[in-house]
Amino acid sequence: MQVRVENVRKEFDTFPALHDVSLDIRSGELIALLGPSGSGKTTLLRLIAGLEQPTIGKIFFGDDDASERSIRERNVGFVFQHYALFRHMTVADNIGFGLKVRPSATRPPADEIRKRASTLLDLVQLSGLEKRYPAQLSGGQRQRVALARAMAIEPKVLLLDEPFGALDAQVRRELRRWLREIHDATGHTTVFVTHDQEEALELADRVVVMSQGRIEQVGTADEVYDQPNSPFVYGFIGDSSSLPVKVEDGQVWLTDRPIGLAAPDAPTGPATLFFRPHDVELLDECAGCLAGTVAASRRVAGTKRVELEIGGHRERVEIELPVDHPAAQRSRIAFRPRKWKVFPSAAN
Amino acid sequence: MADPVLFAADPNPEIASGITESRPARWGLMAIAFIFLTLFLVLPLVLVFMEASRKGLGYFFETLGEPDTLSAIQLTLLVAAISVPLNLVFGVAAAWAIAKFEFKGKAFLTTLVDLPFSVSPVISGLVYVLLFGAQSALGPWLKANGIEILFAVPGIVLATIFVTFPFVARELIPLMEEQGTGDEEAAISLGANGWQTFWYVTLPNIKWGLLYGVLLCNARAMGEFGAVSVVSGHIRGQTNTMPLHVEILYNEYNAAGAFAVASLLAGLALVTLALKTLLEMRYGAEIAATRGH
Repeated sequence: MQVRVENVRKEFDTFPALHDVSLDIRSGELIALLGPSGSGKTTLLRLIAGLEQPTIGKIFFGDDDASERSIRERNVGFVFQHYALFRHMTVADNIGFGLKVRPSATRPPADEIRKRASTLLDLVQLSGLEKRYPAQLSGGQRQRVALARAMAIEPKVLLLDEPFGALDAQVRRELRRWLREIHDATGHTTVFVTHDQEEALELADRVVVMSQGRIEQVGTADEVYDQPNSPFVYGFIGDSSSLPVKVEDGQVWLTDRPIGLAAPDAPTGPATLFFRPHDVELLDECAGCLAGTVAASRRVAGTKRVELEIGGHRERVEIELPVDHPAAQRSRIAFRPRKWKVFPSAAN
Repeated sequence: MADPVLFAADPNPEIASGITESRPARWGLMAIAFIFLTLFLVLPLVLVFMEASRKGLGYFFETLGEPDTLSAIQLTLLVAAISVPLNLVFGVAAAWAIAKFEFKGKAFLTTLVDLPFSVSPVISGLVYVLLFGAQSALGPWLKANGIEILFAVPGIVLATIFVTFPFVARELIPLMEEQGTGDEEAAISLGANGWQTFWYVTLPNIKWGLLYGVLLCNARAMGEFGAVSVVSGHIRGQTNTMPLHVEILYNEYNAAGAFAVASLLAGLALVTLALKTLLEMRYGAEIAATRGH
């Protein structure tokens, strides 16, 4: 099922949580809504589900205008952040709930419901736990039951709110791979919310990066990492260093001198230079490059990270060096970013 | 959680915890609690039963068998049977509205629920006299249409409902607020309608709190004196509830009779308490599970 969000705005008591958001979700796609807290990602998910109504704008399921429909009629499978399992029901009853509450005309018979619950439990690899209560399950198991319950109603769209947020790192990684497998096996259109970029980049076909109620960029993991289209995305996805510069005559200038980076398309004026700390080229003393003195240095896994003080204003940037690089405190290092981008300051 | 092995190895487990008081202090505190409870709760209760049986069990049952007493018992049961179910419905509705929805005037409504607790029951009764009495605006119309509210069963029921309204709502509001709306949202997203959501999800989550509320509400409905006294008119055999009957018998210097009826009321209270304790013992783990999350 294809989902289209059209110019949606959502206000809570006049406080805008989403400004004019549009998004196309392709049928069968696994898509991540990624952003810091307060970026509106959960609000967008709840709007798609029908748990909230948009202030302005429409949401389409296929060609069908879903904004007119209540959550009951939308037939979405929603997995809640804290699972919201019914604690007084067994695992089997939890999974069968969506079938049990159907009107009698479409409700399967009781033993059929039981069979379906068992099949779904097999799918989420929890066979034999039908009679358990939620309190008797681990966090990861509850998560799987919540997903099985959402899938029992054969939803058009599967929506997951921070699906792995409450689990420890080990279980998270395991469930991540497992969710991808389930998605590939069932082909549900799936949207999940996360603040964990690693999770989003690894799991999703496309990532929707959100900030302050707006969509900053939509793209594959490669696109949002390699071609960030805004200072926010550059800073939010992966490690980055930034430096205030200015653009003049198609060149990037640090205060009074060009640093050897040509930016013919960038507008003239103050700007911010972004680059990845690991993607720099070390130079011997140079005329057109960046240079600074080492202010701090730390070991990060297989590399060495140094903070450099650059220019008269003592701006600090971080770059990565090989572990055996002889740089010591106060020593001078010259470099030039291999991949970089300047954003005009006005855009900030 | 402390390591049990460590505790076993401790030579003096009594002072193992940092917040344990010295032995005299502990005994002192316990003694104060026991003396207070005995003096103010147990002793009066025992006295009620002793006074009731002073003239022998024969007289005890004779008093309870009098037509006026029987009528008072009947009326009390009737009033409780009407007002408790109504307050169950009102209480659940009010708690549901307050705990699960955001709306303007919510704080005001919450305060309003507490009103019957904060005003004297006598005033609660007087309100109904002002509303339905002969001098009120409604009075002549009611009289013309032959509707009796004051000094009749409807008035007593109304006053009882007013006084006992907060018990169910008060018990449920904090419970439901703590549980939030997550389970309900899950149920609706799975296709349940409002009634199914309430019946299969909300009600099971609150059933123990609801039961406590109903038990307390019932105890108070049977025992209410002040508000009922104002609206009842004390007509023997007609509008006398058990607490009012106790007062009448006592004022007639029929102490044994008064205490016989009083012991019956006290017995009802004890049964309520016993029921509550029994439920807690029987379903303690489950109650903790629905409350604790």
